[in-house]
Amino acid sequence: MSTLSLVEERAVRRIAIGHTLNRWDVKLSPYLYVSPFFVLFALTGLFPLLYTAYVSVFDWHIIGGQGDFVGLGNFEWVLAQEKFWISLRNSFSIFLLSAVPQVILALIIAAVLDQNLRSKTFWRMGVLVPYVVAPVAVALIFSNMFGDQYGLINNLLGRIGLDPVGWHSQVVPSHLAIATMVNFRWTGYNALIFLAAMQAVPRDYYEAAMLDGAGRVRQFLSITVPSLRPTLIFVIITSTIGGLQIFDEPRMYDSAGTGGASSQWLTITMYIYNQGFGPAGGGQFGHAAAAAWILFLIIIVVGLINLAATRTIASSGSRSAS
Amino acid sequence: MTATTERPTSAVLVPPRPPAPVRRSRASRRGRALASNKPSALGYAFLVVVILGSLFPLYWSFLIGSGDSSSINRQDIDWLPGGNFLSNAAKVINDPSVNFWRALANSLIVSTTVAASVVTFSTLAGYAFAKLRFRGSKPMLIFVIATMAVPTQLGIVPLFIAMSQWLGLSGNLLAVILPALVSAFGVFWMTQYLSQSLPDELIEAARVDGASMIRTFWHVGVPAARPAAAMLALFIFIATWTNFFWPFIILDSSNPTLPVALSLLQSNFFIDYSIVLAGVILSTIPLLVLFVVAGKQLVSGIMQGAVKG
Repeated sequence: MSTLSLVEERAVRRIAIGHTLNRWDVKLSPYLYVSPFFVLFALTGLFPLLYTAYVSVFDWHIIGGQGDFVGLGNFEWVLAQEKFWISLRNSFSIFLLSAVPQVILALIIAAVLDQNLRSKTFWRMGVLVPYVVAPVAVALIFSNMFGDQYGLINNLLGRIGLDPVGWHSQVVPSHLAIATMVNFRWTGYNALIFLAAMQAVPRDYYEAAMLDGAGRVRQFLSITVPSLRPTLIFVIITSTIGGLQIFDEPRMYDSAGTGGASSQWLTITMYIYNQGFGPAGGGQFGHAAAAAWILFLIIIVVGLINLAATRTIASSGSRSAS
Repeated sequence: MTATTERPTSAVLVPPRPPAPVRRSRASRRGRALASNKPSALGYAFLVVVILGSLFPLYWSFLIGSGDSSSINRQDIDWLPGGNFLSNAAKVINDPSVNFWRALANSLIVSTTVAASVVTFSTLAGYAFAKLRFRGSKPMLIFVIATMAVPTQLGIVPLFIAMSQWLGLSGNLLAVILPALVSAFGVFWMTQYLSQSLPDELIEAARVDGASMIRTFWHVGVPAARPAAAMLALFIFIATWTNFFWPFIILDSSNPTLPVALSLLQSNFFIDYSIVLAGVILSTIPLLVLFVVAGKQLVSGIMQGAVKG
């Protein structure tokens, strides 16, 4: 009698322990699964960003390390530099020259890919090839093609009787060349994103529009584009974040990497790099950190403006469609 | 119940049309839609132009890379490749300051490690966010999505201070790998995929059978996550392979990745573009091979998830 109860007691206890373990298992496991991401992100993503703010209010040099507290002195210094404003202008100019034609061309490519093509996969893969070419490699190829003296582009221009363009020596042509590199790598990629969104548009819309006598271009502008609103917002926001930080292409556009003799194509990220790590006058971590925060704020502001603008444009488009 | 009571009323209000004409008009409408959606010759021609434009820079790179230094400065363009590609490639490979094989091995090590790590941690976190109920999961997920928009490379100054001055990892591959071990985008991607494609019943069944949480994850979650994990691995691999900014800052010529080696090549041979562009072709071949093998998955990955690396 007593032995039996002992056995029962043990069994009950074992089940109880199992229950407790199971409860802890259920409670703790989710946190264990998400913790590697949050711990590593805190260390390698969040900490550097916040510590940038700390560095930016000190006199801080790569060799001497942390110096005196200077308040907003580094920000004032950066904002007083002519080169900073030139780099800001260049970044915006390159960004606009790449983002606008890229989105338009990607939309057109997507619309063509959305038709009942033969061997769809072939065409889709074809437009994606540039994506696997590293930006550094793209920059080296295009800096050769856009060579001022013996470049392919100027050669071809000469054949049709036009004067050579200073693709490196002049401001706007150098921006055009760098924007072409960005467009080369990302247009096909964005076209596939748009294509996916287009395929989700109900075909009835087009049937209805066709019955109303709308032509293809009209259908594209009044049905396709407004239906792509969330995707458009996504692509424009991501290309803003990426575009304003452009570094690889302008850095590799010539072998000196300084953005041209008179900073024709110096971008903000190049400016930050030069302050922090550049060969001449580098090592100014306080200045670099301040410039990084200014760029961060600019990206947020421009992102919000883009968001608002895309919303209005896309919704007014859908209103006119209905 | 409400549905069944409503149906007769609506049928009364809207008398059903005679079936035959309706069916015929629908069929004709669909036929017209198909006809209009048929690609024109112009559509194909346009795509051919786009694809030629996508391939031309690579062809041009090969043209220059297979010529010699004198052929660059000529006014007439030779549209066919020359015979010097191998000798130019040999110059790239044998240049001691470029360290080509080292760079290739380093790129492989870094990209593989980063892809494996991102996929592992993203699958774990994505499974938890998509399928497990726990306090604080909503705000945590919103935090993950918000951080996707934060350009983390703006933190390079502290990253340099930490990696170089605190940890002494300047020039070490670990300095490139450590900051890339996790990706907010990866977590978001796996969460999206698993919440759509893994039925709760499968997890419940495993739990009822007495499997622990981690066993359930391993035997139910991981197999379900495999297709999305493979695509994520591809994107992270390519993004890491082509990454330049941070490796350029923290690595040096003795231990570069391929993009860093290309930048060295440019500063060494800036007069002789045939060698620089031969190096461009050499460094692009590995990803072109990957593209031939896995291009289809890349296409469907982009179309499924609207990714940007």
